[in-house]
Order: sequence, then C-alpha cells, then structure tokens
Amino acid sequence: MTDSVKLKIDGKEITAKAGQTILQAAAMAGIYIPHLCAHRELEPWGSCRVCTVKVNGRPQAACTQPVAEGAVVESETPELVNVRRALVEMLFVEGNHVCPSCEKSGNCELQATAYRLGIAAPRFPYTFPKREIDASHPDIILERNRCILCARCVRASTEVDGKHAFDFVGRGVHKRIAVNAEAGLAGTSAAATDKALSVCPVGCLMKKRVGFAVPVGQRQFDEKQIGSEI
Amino acid sequence: MSEALSTVVKEACTAADRDPTRLMDIVNQVQRKLGQVSPTAMDLIASELGCQRVEVESVVSFYAFLSAEPQGKIVIRVCNDVIDRLEGADAVLDAFADALGIRVGETTPDGRITLMTTPCVGMSDQAPAALINSHVLVDLDPSKARHIALQLKASGDPHRLVTKLGDGNNAHELVQSMVHNNIHQTGPVVFAEFAMGSALRKALSMTPQEVIRDVKTSRIRGRGGAGFPTGMKWDFARAAPGDRKVVICNADEGEPGTFKDRVILTERASLMFEGMTIAGYAIGADLGILYLRAEYLYLRALLESILDERRAAGLLGKGIGGKAGFDFDIRIQMGGGAYVCGEETALISSCEGKRGDPKNRPPFPAQKGYLGRPSVVNNVETFCCVARVLEQGAGWFAQLGSKGTSGTKVLSVSGDCKRPGVYELEFGITLAALLKLVGAEDAGAVQVGGPSGQLVGPASFERTICYDDLATGGSIMVFNRSRDILGIARGFVEFFCEESCGYCTPCRVGNELLKERLDTIIAGRGEPSDLAYLEELGAIMKLASRCGLGQTSANPVLTTIKHFRPEYEARLRAPQRGEQRRFDFNAAVAGAERIAGHQSVQHGAHEEHGTAE
Repeated sequence: MTDSVKLKIDGKEITAKAGQTILQAAAMAGIYIPHLCAHRELEPWGSCRVCTVKVNGRPQAACTQPVAEGAVVESETPELVNVRRALVEMLFVEGNHVCPSCEKSGNCELQATAYRLGIAAPRFPYTFPKREIDASHPDIILERNRCILCARCVRASTEVDGKHAFDFVGRGVHKRIAVNAEAGLAGTSAAATDKALSVCPVGCLMKKRVGFAVPVGQRQFDEKQIGSEI
Repeated sequence: MSEALSTVVKEACTAADRDPTRLMDIVNQVQRKLGQVSPTAMDLIASELGCQRVEVESVVSFYAFLSAEPQGKIVIRVCNDVIDRLEGADAVLDAFADALGIRVGETTPDGRITLMTTPCVGMSDQAPAALINSHVLVDLDPSKARHIALQLKASGDPHRLVTKLGDGNNAHELVQSMVHNNIHQTGPVVFAEFAMGSALRKALSMTPQEVIRDVKTSRIRGRGGAGFPTGMKWDFARAAPGDRKVVICNADEGEPGTFKDRVILTERASLMFEGMTIAGYAIGADLGILYLRAEYLYLRALLESILDERRAAGLLGKGIGGKAGFDFDIRIQMGGGAYVCGEETALISSCEGKRGDPKNRPPFPAQKGYLGRPSVVNNVETFCCVARVLEQGAGWFAQLGSKGTSGTKVLSVSGDCKRPGVYELEFGITLAALLKLVGAEDAGAVQVGGPSGQLVGPASFERTICYDDLATGGSIMVFNRSRDILGIARGFVEFFCEESCGYCTPCRVGNELLKERLDTIIAGRGEPSDLAYLEELGAIMKLASRCGLGQTSANPVLTTIKHFRPEYEARLRAPQRGEQRRFDFNAAVAGAERIAGHQSVQHGAHEEHGTAE
C-alpha cells in the first residue's frame, strides 16, 4: 500500500495522501469544493451535501468520501453546481435567515457560499418555521432561526471542548439543535470561549454583547469570496 | 423525583448492565412502565449510564413510540397508511376521537387513554388496523372503534378486546392475536415444511468457505428490496479483520404495504433463525441480533420461546452441533417506531443505543458495523432462503425463479383486490398474472416496492417482478381505476416527511418542498412549470441524499409524473395575472440598473441559474 494516491478532479490530476477525503485532497491541491458542515478541524459529518461530487460517475459527499487511486471526480459541472445551489437554497428557505440584520453578515459561510454560487433568490418557497431562541446563557445566544443543522457545534463541543453541550433532538423537519440541560444553555457547561461557538458557520451560536464591532464592509467575506484562501 | 420513577429507571438500567449501547432497551422499558420518558427520567438515565442527558433526549425524541410528554396507560395508534385510509382509517380515527372525547395526539382528561396515528403497521391485508399498546386490532370500522373505546374506558385492559384469535401461530398462547396470516400461496422456499436443524446440520458438515460458495452459487440476492448479492456480502464480512463478528436480521419491516415478514416471523421464525446461525458459522460471528420493529412487539414472546427451543436443541449457544469453537447466540433488539431503521446502517445505530441516523459509508457494515465489528445485515426472508439453499442445495435454488433472479419472493398484496395477503411466487411472474391471481383484473395502478418503489399503470402490467425489471421488497399495493393518483402520491410524500431522519438537507427539506407543491397542485393552483419544478427537485434529492430513504423518497412524485402525467396536467392551469412562482432578482433590478446606468454586482451570477423554469 502506498501513501500517495493519484486522482483527477475536473480533469486535473492531483496527488493526495491515502486516507484523506476528497474535500481535503482538493483543498491541498488548490481546488475549492463548496461545503458547509465540513470543517478542517472536525471529524467529517456529511449532512449538508453541498460538497456533493461525482466519483467515477456516482454521487458522493466529498467531505466523507476517501480518495482512491485513479478516481475520476467531477465537481464544477453544470449539474452539480445546480445541485449545490439548490441545497444552499434549501438551507435558506427551511430557516429564517435575515442577512441585513444579522450580526454574522459578512462573516457568515452560508451567505458567502450563496454569493459564491451566484444565488440571488431561492427557487423554493420560504417555509417560515417557528423556532425557539435560547438566551438563557449569560454570554451566549442560541438563535435557532439561523441554524443549518451542520453539527459543527455538536462535534466541536465533544471533540475539542470535551463537553457534549449540544446534540440533535427530533427528526425530519422537526430536527433541531438541543443543549445538555433541561434548563437550557445556561444549565450546560458551555462557555463563550468554546470551539463550539467559533466554528458555527452561521449566526446561530453567537457571543452576547458583540454587536457590529467590525463594520459591515470590512468583514471576512466582504473583500474576498469564501474559499479564496484555497 | 418520585420513588416509582427512580425504581423503574434503575431497574431498566440494571437489566441492561448500565450499558449505554443498550439505551433502546432502557428507554423502551421506561416508556412502557411509566407512559413517558420524562425529563427527570432522562437525567437519571444519563447519570446511571454515565452518558450525557442530551444523548438520552436525542434518542427519546427520535422514535415515534417514545415520548417525553406523559401518555396514557393505553395508547391507541391508528394506522394511517395509504391503504388503511382507502379502507376507511380516517372514519375509524374520527370514531375513536369522538367516543373518547379527544383529538388525535391528545390524552383523555383522566390521563388514561392517548390517541395517535402511526404509519403502516404491517396489516394492510386486514386494514384498517390499529395498535392498542402492543395488541393489534384489524378489520376495524367506525362502529367497532366506538365499541373498543367504550370497552377501554370501562375495563382499561386492551387484551380483553381480542375475542377471536387468528390462524396459525397467531392463536399461539404466547401471541393470542386476532391477526390473520392470509397466506394464499405457499412456495417451495419459505413456506414449505421445515425440520428444525436440517439446514444447519448440512452447513456444519461443510467449511465456512464452502457455505459461502453455495450461497454465491444459488445467486440469491437480498430480499429487503435492494437486492445485493448475499454471498458477496458474507464474503466481505468473513474477510474483514476482527474476531467478534455480528449477524443482524432486519425485521424492521416498515415499507408501507409490506407485511410478509410479519407472516414469516409468525410461521417460519425457526427457519429464519437457522439462516442467521448458518450466516454466523459462515462469517465467523458469535453474536446475532434480530432487530424487531416496535409494531411487532406482540410476536416477541413467541420468538423468544423459539430461541429457547433452539438453545435446548443445541442449535444455539456454545459448540453448536457439536462443533467445538462455534459459539453463537441471538438476542432480540426492539425498535422504537422509525421507518429509517430499516436502512441497515440506521438499524445498526439503533442497535447501538443511538438515534436511528444512517451512518456514513465507507466503512460499510461488513467492514465496521455494530460497535465497529464486521457485520452482516440481511432481511428476514433472505435468512429463510439461505437456510433452504443449504438444506436443498444451491442448484435447486438457482433453478427457481427467472433467468436473472433466482428463487421465490414472498409478496404482500393489499389494496383493491379480492384476495389481499401473502403469496410466495417464483421471480419472473408478470404483474398481469399476479393481478389475476389476487383478483384485481380491473387495477388502474399498482405500487410496486412500496412508496420507495414505483407506481405503474396498465401499460406496465406485462412487466415482470424481478431485480432486473420491477424490483420489490415485497410490497404490492393495488389501486382501482377510481383512485386518485395525486392523493396516493401525497400520502406517500407525507410518509417520507414524517420518516426522514433529518440528517441531510435534500431529504429533510426536499420532502417538505415536494409536499408543498403537490398540495398546491391538488388545491387547483398548479401551473405547467410545476411539473418541471417537481422533476428537478426529485432529481436533486435522488442525487444528493445520503441514504436510500432520501434517494428514493421522491419516487412517489417522480413515478406518478412519469406514468400518470395526464392526472397532473388535468389539474394545472396557466398562471393568473400577477402570479409568479419565483423571484427573478435580475429582472427585478433591471429597471433600477437602467436608471443608475450600471449593473449590480453579484459574485458568479453571470450565468442563469436553475432549470426549474
């Protein structure tokens, strides 16, 4: 067994390390595959499906699919770009995302991914769900209207913070992020310095009392598109 | 905290050796004894098991038969599957609600009786059906429902409702159910006579490799619907590193319209357990798990007694069949009411005491399955077939069926036909021949393979049932020409909305969006562009969903549009003045851009996106 694997992404031959995911290998080779639930410091999860590619013709999530010798990966095809847009649009319409008034605007990966994919308005109707906000914690707000169920906080809290402060309850469209105490977030050991907060791609888990410290226009994705570091 | 709660929780945890991977057993027991798994119980379970409370809450909130809110000592679950509804389940539900003075989802003011609906309980051949606690009531009508409600109010004992017992083992003292087998045709594989131990003895006279070779030679493929070659699956598991391997039988028969496993479990459980034991020998497993859907709890005592019988006969346990080193035993894992657990990796999650979320693949179960051990997951019927392959020979099995698909298939036929029930038939039978057999010559549409399969019309009735043409895990639902195709599709879409685990975006959101647009069309507000919209949405769900449930959940819409397009078109109309389905950003700002004299900046928006319009 060799340590390096050769594969092709959109016709470009790249070399990857055995055991890497396609998403990791692509990033190393300077190829950006849009993604939301995946985070380089966390275990792969595979829920948002935005990174869906075709591997030897079969659809797979690039964030969970390991590289394989000789694999032919398609990513930026019109079909897959349309699928990605649709998935991001689904995440918008299933929640209540109000970018202009959101503190995360400009630092939000959902918003930035939508811009990068050229989404002006979703093709799907908004569902306007009723979601609960948990403001019980002195330093953290859990704003479920903006949650995209990516499980980054769930993973970061267990893998990095060692707390398991978050997990999911319910199923289907009723699935929502929950906290490890009946009394709400205040009853958990979550802290504003937790990795769980800093990895939230959207404005769901936010530090309290941090409002527009960086003006809109000077934020992470205001100058450079998401993925431009790759 | 009440003493009763504390006692019940501690007993349940002790019975499960305080093992967090047995959480399903614990919460099922607490639910049965207390009528809920309350927040207090969750805290206590977590502290007893040394796990997090939110993990317990996550599990409790996932399964339909578990509830954080208090439920009555008696829970009535009326089956609201499409077939049951065609047979009058809505009126039955109304009658229950009326007689109890409550609405669906509510509990009587005295806290004794809760009324709910539930997806297919596997009784479509004797619909409408309801579960009252673990008791199954079939062939219901509104007057029976009223009578049952009154009896329950008076006696509070659901068992007294069962006055007439069904046939075969349904009348067994450990079952005592009014369910009927409705076996209309037996075949040579599953329903032929079986002498306990005969197949296993033959297997044990061979090497495990020879057993797998025979299974491969028989060309048997998985009977659950996906049709993966069984021998290949066993080979992978045998070759996988690991010394504690697992054989899992998938008895989470949840595909609406499927009830053949119910009958096999009732009448041929020993054959199925024999197949599991043969699999254990072939792959080198020491543990077998029968994952039994919560709806079939009434069969558990019978199944346990058959396991005991097999242990007593030396067919389970240590040194089986006198073969030193072949140790294998089987335990029963109860489910909690979740269709997705029929998906093999979700089933494994559930066996491990977790939410029934499917797992990422790779690794596949044969490499890393239950608790990381190489695991083989096969359907109830598959294990029966394998036992017969060993007993009668691979060649005998391979010559049954059609050219591409060997053996027989047990079909569950329900809906508009004269003889609903179970038929064991050789693969390769045409749909037309089947319809004649079941007394449904005037069928207008047939749902083959349940909601995740396809709805076909008379133009497809000469097609054959086999893996290369019309594949089915057993569900055949017949609809006469008067049935509303869109209504049927709507029922199935609703089912998938309820049963999506919610893990991945396309299935979680996509099904809700399918429902929204189907409702719009049914309400008479559909536009011609809606068909392309639904087709595109369905294709995206198929391509991007994480597991088989999501990948097939658009089938009710996609296959009805394909085979019954005129039914849709008849309900569409041109957009009315001022109506628009979708906001066109570029068109909306075009006027302002003209006035401003420059174009608005959009990253990457130079190409027109979407093909929905």
